[in-house]
Amino acid sequence: MTEPTQTPPPPILANTAAAEAPTEAAFSVDAGATNLKDSVLAYVTRIRSGEVGALPAVAGLVVLLVVFSTTTKIFLTRGNLANLPTQAAPTILIGMGLVFVLLLGEIDLSAGTAAGLASAGMAIAVNFHGNIETQLKGGMFGAYIVVMVLALAVAARERLWPGVIAILFGGVVLVTHIGSNQVVAMLLAVTTGTAIGILTGFLRARVGIPSFVVTLALFLAWQGVLIQFLGAGNSFPTREFKTINALENTNISPVLSWVVLIVFVGGYGAFTLYTSIRRRAQQLSAAPVSIVIGRFAILALLGAFSVFFLNKNRNPNKGHVIRGLPWVVLLILVVLVAMTLLLSKTTFGRHLYAAGGNAEAARRAGIDVPRMRIAAFGISSSLAAIGGVVLASKQGGVPADAGGGNTLLFAVGAAVVGGTSLFGGRGRVRDAVLGGLVITIIPNGLQLHPNVGASYQYVITGGFLLVAAAVDALSRTRKPT
Amino acid sequence: MSSTPILELRGINKSFGAIQVLHSVDFRVYPGEVMALVGDNGAGKSTLVKCVAGIYPMDSGEILFDGAPVNIHGPRDAAALGIEIVYQDLALCDNLDIVQNMFLGRENLTSMRTLDEGAMERSARKTLAGLSVRTVKSVRQVVSDLSGGQRQTVAIAKAVLWNNRVVLLDEPTAALGVAQTDQVLSLVRRLATNGLGVVLISHNMNDVMKVADRITALYLGKVAAEVKTADITHAQVVELITAGRTGNIGLKPAEAAQSA
Repeated sequence: MTEPTQTPPPPILANTAAAEAPTEAAFSVDAGATNLKDSVLAYVTRIRSGEVGALPAVAGLVVLLVVFSTTTKIFLTRGNLANLPTQAAPTILIGMGLVFVLLLGEIDLSAGTAAGLASAGMAIAVNFHGNIETQLKGGMFGAYIVVMVLALAVAARERLWPGVIAILFGGVVLVTHIGSNQVVAMLLAVTTGTAIGILTGFLRARVGIPSFVVTLALFLAWQGVLIQFLGAGNSFPTREFKTINALENTNISPVLSWVVLIVFVGGYGAFTLYTSIRRRAQQLSAAPVSIVIGRFAILALLGAFSVFFLNKNRNPNKGHVIRGLPWVVLLILVVLVAMTLLLSKTTFGRHLYAAGGNAEAARRAGIDVPRMRIAAFGISSSLAAIGGVVLASKQGGVPADAGGGNTLLFAVGAAVVGGTSLFGGRGRVRDAVLGGLVITIIPNGLQLHPNVGASYQYVITGGFLLVAAAVDALSRTRKPT
Repeated sequence: MSSTPILELRGINKSFGAIQVLHSVDFRVYPGEVMALVGDNGAGKSTLVKCVAGIYPMDSGEILFDGAPVNIHGPRDAAALGIEIVYQDLALCDNLDIVQNMFLGRENLTSMRTLDEGAMERSARKTLAGLSVRTVKSVRQVVSDLSGGQRQTVAIAKAVLWNNRVVLLDEPTAALGVAQTDQVLSLVRRLATNGLGVVLISHNMNDVMKVADRITALYLGKVAAEVKTADITHAQVVELITAGRTGNIGLKPAEAAQSA
């Protein structure tokens, strides 16, 4: 996905007289490591200028945790807290995908129903031993194939090779019977998402329909297709398929939970510390080691506390023991790390931010902005499809309204509450994780208050979203132009 | 100063429909000099720049680069020759920092195909230092935090980073205050000192008189005069722009009148 690049020739000016004197002095502030005080000051300045990042989401999480743990007895129990990640997982995964389209200043209203439709593909595959065509009557199977072929053509035309490979794989699963394997069936769902996203992106970027309209149309259409897939009033169970069911309903063993923690948090700490020290040695701008270690310490503490907590039996009844990290947490961590690296360490990610910040500047820099849009929609729907699989696992099957209702709106809310801008150019994958937790804790905590009606859930969630969107909008207007 | 122009346009004609915008325009820039391109609104400055940039095809005429005829059919051809155009509206991404903007679309990669931030940061810093840019606090500042002058500086430095040989600046000081204008003008001067051919398009005669070595005045699509800045006064340039002639410099009276 990366563009061919050339190394820059050494600047011609470097060897002229003008270059001699001020090389080091000019950038004394960022040559070498900045110290702790400067970093803190810079952070405060950023906050004041509206670059609040994850702060509102973290503050919201803390407030909600404090409020619910002081006003209810059940909230802080193991059984309830352990539910949070599994309840939040579909919202988080769909939200992580949406970050990619939001970065371009676009919206994908169809991500929820596309996720539901993709998971229906999986459910049909496992329920019919891979014979998808036996369930999809009346030309539906043909239509499925046509959609995949069209998406394949678009992906090939746009040279989106990972998309081509994914869709080819999905096509093979469709026409062979290997979808009886649960993992293959899950991948069918993901690749269906890829195909849907690439077609959506094509309609937006090459045909030029505003994304709001394209995805609104598809939001409606996919709901109808889903009902056609399932047959009226039908739903396909996934409960008895162990691997699919395991995602949301089983846990990693306590020992492996510790391993997961050490690999991810330890890996994060080692990587950021190594980067900081190496950059400091090379006289490049670098975060001070104290801050890097501080961040790592906070994460490690939170992580260790969570794993310790989750590794205790949380089944209030006698009988089998429930303990360990839910599998879906590992899935979210893997997607989070992979997508964060894609956005921050590759030309693809850099160009995505550029296209979202100033599409005209990106175009003049030689970036194929429409292609970036198609790729972003492709990634978004692929991640949404993973969310759809997790949702099916949580619900124990794929009903006719899978991914409908508020699924999408909560996912958009998660990304925005986490700090991703609706205006494009600003956002991170982790925003969806933080925001998804906020969005999930609200109903989780409120349902424990018997005298607070369900109506309040919506009002309070809406309030959070409004505050987040207001922070986003204000941070834009406060910037000097 | 070398005797071969780095960029030379000969007899450029360009029409939009029935309206001829450029009448056999000749234009030269030598390496190491600042050539100002002046003219009233509609004189054809922007059209001429867009012909060089490859955005508009010419009707007739030829472009010579380093004395050799070249064909420019698109922006990529111009970029490949080493011609960079710094447009008025800058084309920087507000949400990216200075280094990211300077390398946008041409990022350095490590052996693992990831972004080589270290190498990019060093080159960016070296280039800015080479231009004696002291106004930027950190090369990792986000562009939205920069002033207009600093942004213009980054846009110009971006052109220099890629070893371009001719830089065309379209109204680089139009939106700037006095101090920032001075910064940008001295930067323009340093580009020429460093051996680049610089074309400065400006409405501001003070800027032109201050920084340009020579001036080409366009009047209704014709070159009214190409003169050394030292040989002409502020008032005369204004007259060239508004009337096409001043004293015995410029278009012949009949021609000027006929054009009008």
